[in-house]
Amino acid sequence: MTSLPEPSAIKLGLVIDLDICVGCQACVVNCKEWNTSGYGAPLSDESAYGAQPSGSWLNRVHAFEAGVGEDAKTVHFPKSCLHCEDAPCVTACPTGASFKRAEDGIVLVNEDWCIGCGLCAWSCPYGAREMDPAEGVMKKCTLCVDRIYNENLPEEDRVPACVRTCPTSARHFGDFGDPNSDVSIMVAERGGYDLLPEQGTKPVNKYLPPRPRRQSNDESVSLLAMADAATPKGFWRWMDSTLEKLG
Amino acid sequence: MHPAWSIIFFTSISGLGLGLAGLIVLGLLDLSLFSHLLIASFAVFGLIGAGLLSSTLHLGHPERAWRALSQWRSSWLSREGVLAVLVLASLACWFLFTLFFGPPPLWCGILILLMIVATVYATSMIYGSLKTVACWHHPLTPVCYLMFSACGGSVASLTMLALFGQPTPQMLKEITLTFLVGAWTLKYAWWWALDNRGSASNIETATGLGTIGKVRSLMPPHTSENYLQKEMGFVVARRHAIKLRYISIFFGALLPIVCVIFGGSSAGILSMATIFYIIGIFVERWLFFAEAKHVVTLYYGDEQLSISS
Repeated sequence: MTSLPEPSAIKLGLVIDLDICVGCQACVVNCKEWNTSGYGAPLSDESAYGAQPSGSWLNRVHAFEAGVGEDAKTVHFPKSCLHCEDAPCVTACPTGASFKRAEDGIVLVNEDWCIGCGLCAWSCPYGAREMDPAEGVMKKCTLCVDRIYNENLPEEDRVPACVRTCPTSARHFGDFGDPNSDVSIMVAERGGYDLLPEQGTKPVNKYLPPRPRRQSNDESVSLLAMADAATPKGFWRWMDSTLEKLG
Repeated sequence: MHPAWSIIFFTSISGLGLGLAGLIVLGLLDLSLFSHLLIASFAVFGLIGAGLLSSTLHLGHPERAWRALSQWRSSWLSREGVLAVLVLASLACWFLFTLFFGPPPLWCGILILLMIVATVYATSMIYGSLKTVACWHHPLTPVCYLMFSACGGSVASLTMLALFGQPTPQMLKEITLTFLVGAWTLKYAWWWALDNRGSASNIETATGLGTIGKVRSLMPPHTSENYLQKEMGFVVARRHAIKLRYISIFFGALLPIVCVIFGGSSAGILSMATIFYIIGIFVERWLFFAEAKHVVTLYYGDEQLSISS
């Protein structure tokens, strides 16, 4: 049923810390690797070694520049499904294939019912859904539903693949329904925010803003100046003075 | 948005067929001759059916299309499907009744007409309900769809009267002209809104980085076009949009108006009116998709979501 369920008590989602993401794309690759053999059809590619390779991916890392001058920032910007509370992709689906789980709020696609009309991708403002070119069904982030509850995996692996693989810990997974969870606290402390709030989708995933640039300290000394000022010792002192004498 | 031919054909042709059906069930045509009944039913079912069938062509899994009838509680696409099936079934009953017992009472026709109006409205709301495409998310979108359906239906019914050698009443001509002028005036207002309305979304709200300063896209996340860009980043020929608007008005409004005013009851001239109208509406529908901009393009380098170009 594609009517939205009552808001669940548990709201699973991600916090993405834009202050520390370095844009290494490891989460993109691990997402593809896990999900091509996990939930639903494989994530296919078209002409992977050709001039115009394309394919379905569930997680993409953009890069933006913000501001000008010395306060400008380069921000690497990972983007996957935000598992919105008011998910327009769910209500738009004509078949009931697209649904939001009542128990934890994860938005999923039942690929056996999907007719591949693409209307859910049209209704998503974030570009979180991509049609699989080979399978003709809609693919999206599953929040690694086949990892997070998987008792065959060691406990530390029971998080989404992107979170597990991030070398800088820029991605965190948790329950936003619990105000005392790590992710809720992080969002409260760092001023986590919604993307495109005016679209009214109430995304669960939150983004942490880059921290303000540290004020430059005028008394800081440049390394070159330090090297010039330093008095060499021993052999280097002898050489320095000899070379000095040579004029 | 990518203007898929299957969708352009579906919305314009089934819209025309539904409009024609709406006027036929009001008893506009004399269908006492079996051949006339046959031709009229072929035209109606052909147009609506061809439109619906073509809409399944762009699906990844057309064999599962029946599933789309299940979610009428939340989805406009599903509502459109359910209503179209109901309309086709009631039209079949209406034509069978006419065949065996003569024209059914008028209230049957009015009932079917209401269902037809609901169907066209549902078609328009598939697009009109999308907040992500600001120019579609406008109250005039369904009004235009309904008016164009009425236009197409009245032009086509005039043509059919002339082809059957039945009189073409002056009043129907006046109604047709009113629909033509009204529909294209409203469409013009829709275009004006598209050109002049801003959007609440921009690259700053999309990234949340506006507090740092002006935001620019630095690097795309992939080296070649992905599904999102192919589907929602359509830009080809947007620069010709204004010219195409006038071409659509020329074919869809001006030529049919001239044909209706000066064509008398000539089957040839009125057929031309229908053909011109269809050309005009195809161009209009192509623009409806090609000019529409999706909010996701903000993540791909559009800094300001000016709705049109």
